[in-house]
Amino acid sequence: MTLLGQTIITGILIGGIYAVIAIGMTLIMGVMKIINLVHGALMMVAMYICLVLFKSFGVHPYLGMIPAMVILFAIGYLLQKYFIERVSGVETILPESQVLLTLAMALAITEIVRLIFSSDYQSAYTPFSAKCFYLGDMSISAPYLLSFGLAMVLVAGLHLFLTKTDLGRSIRATSQDRDAAIYMGVDAKRITNFTFGLGTALAAAGGALLLPVFYLFPDVWHPYLAKCFIITILGGMGSTVGALSGGLVLGIAETFGATYWSPGYRDVVGFVIFIFVLLFLPGGLKRIIGR
Amino acid sequence: MAKKNRFVPLILGGILVVAIPPFLGGYFQHVLILIMMWIIMATAWNLLGGYCGQVSFGHAVFFGLGAYGGGLLRLHWGLSPWWGMIVGPLLAVVIGIPIGLVTFRLRGAYFALAMLALGEAFRIVFTNWVPVTAGAVGIITSRTWGAEKLPYYYITLAIAALSIYVVYRLVHSKFGYYFVAIREDQDAAEGLGIPTTRYKLYALIPSAFFTGLAGAVYMNYFAYIEPHTVFNLSAVSIMMILAVMLGGAGTLWGPAFGAAIYTILSEALRAAIGPISYLVFPIIACLIIMFLPDGIIGDWEKIKRAFSRQKPVYVGGE
Repeated sequence: MTLLGQTIITGILIGGIYAVIAIGMTLIMGVMKIINLVHGALMMVAMYICLVLFKSFGVHPYLGMIPAMVILFAIGYLLQKYFIERVSGVETILPESQVLLTLAMALAITEIVRLIFSSDYQSAYTPFSAKCFYLGDMSISAPYLLSFGLAMVLVAGLHLFLTKTDLGRSIRATSQDRDAAIYMGVDAKRITNFTFGLGTALAAAGGALLLPVFYLFPDVWHPYLAKCFIITILGGMGSTVGALSGGLVLGIAETFGATYWSPGYRDVVGFVIFIFVLLFLPGGLKRIIGR
Repeated sequence: MAKKNRFVPLILGGILVVAIPPFLGGYFQHVLILIMMWIIMATAWNLLGGYCGQVSFGHAVFFGLGAYGGGLLRLHWGLSPWWGMIVGPLLAVVIGIPIGLVTFRLRGAYFALAMLALGEAFRIVFTNWVPVTAGAVGIITSRTWGAEKLPYYYITLAIAALSIYVVYRLVHSKFGYYFVAIREDQDAAEGLGIPTTRYKLYALIPSAFFTGLAGAVYMNYFAYIEPHTVFNLSAVSIMMILAVMLGGAGTLWGPAFGAAIYTILSEALRAAIGPISYLVFPIIACLIIMFLPDGIIGDWEKIKRAFSRQKPVYVGGE
């Protein structure tokens, strides 16, 4: 029973952090209708920014999150405006040229980071990192809990932004029907650029939340990119609530796999869910939840 | 006349690749073997991706299975790794058919992602299923000819030639037209009565077979395999796509050309500028996608036009 509770708690806590990164992805995929493979690499860049701030200036990653988000917003905006935008709508034999472009960019960014920081594993260890408190026999790690709390704050803020502000509504309109949004006077190109920046900034936030509880190296993003897709497909494209529930489901499923099957197969659980959702629940949880 | 002309460069090229290698040093023979291996893989990927339009991000599955087919026989029963040349590609096809039946229900980018997920899942399973696959320790096989490289070269050359010939025959038959129809518009193809899933499978089977064969050759030549090299996403699955894109997807010689350039470039750059070469490659890929999206062979007309643009101006000026 303790093991079960422990598994669920750990799953929920890690799932909340996954959700922040995945919401960035789901926004971008919703508006652009393309698969963005550079997302994870940009998250990794944000983690390195936080790490440098921590090591050189002693800024805690939770505070370093803010400059990291601003910088990554700018990077995402510029990448979309000057690179990805150029490729969209070009007639090619291979239909997936945008996807391949984001992939090549991700590899290039990884190599740049590797040249600067080398492949060594690094971490931002604070005395706080090892703290935990107990609920009965179940332990709850303090940094995980705080990361989870901040993640929920971010998700709630984003949800308000998307539902209550004009800019947020324009993003949702573009995501639902691009042509109709253009007829209603939405500058779809500008919105796309902005969304790419916003999504990337959310990835940066997720990276900053991961840094205190995880280690960092240039290839760290591969599993997170995969998790983002799984959550996006599970939750449904462009849906914040879907991505949040998808994140929690994936987090719990993974920890269940790790506890009751084998830690090595943890990531396989996600891929199995991914393929089953693609086949049997196209549209994802969004369809069950409603909107 | 036209037909004759077409075969002349082919025969000349054939004589060159057969006659020259014995006079080269060991390193250049090694590079040629790598080129031929990548030609096999790029050509195989191109059949499914370039002609049939099913962009797979997980062809490392077939490469890895091809390599492990013989490796597992060696590990458990001590058989010669050459059995892998038969068992490996067959294993790739046998596993590839159910994979295809499941993933071909998905379209475009979702198919690509499902294949990517499968590739990673295979890598993880082969790393963790230690009793069967020996896990991350890998499998060591032995080389039949020791340090001698020439036999391996001729074997890979023969397979590369065979793969190009098979793709040529397929593409110039009913199958090829069906593949292109599926690539251009799947709904229209279905409307015209093409059983799309079945024809995608017909493209997948040779594609998986030759990728598996390349894996088996890899296992024989390098005599060591482990999950992280043969099921690698960026070094196998993605590089296959980039090699095809470099040369030109949906063309017969494009992938071979791209694979050759890719291998030579990566070897030369690694010797010349060291670790920065790993950065140069993705940047080249970005530039290719942005400016020559159909590859060097596919966009040849565009390249010619770009270089000859001044000429008409000169003529007009006089």
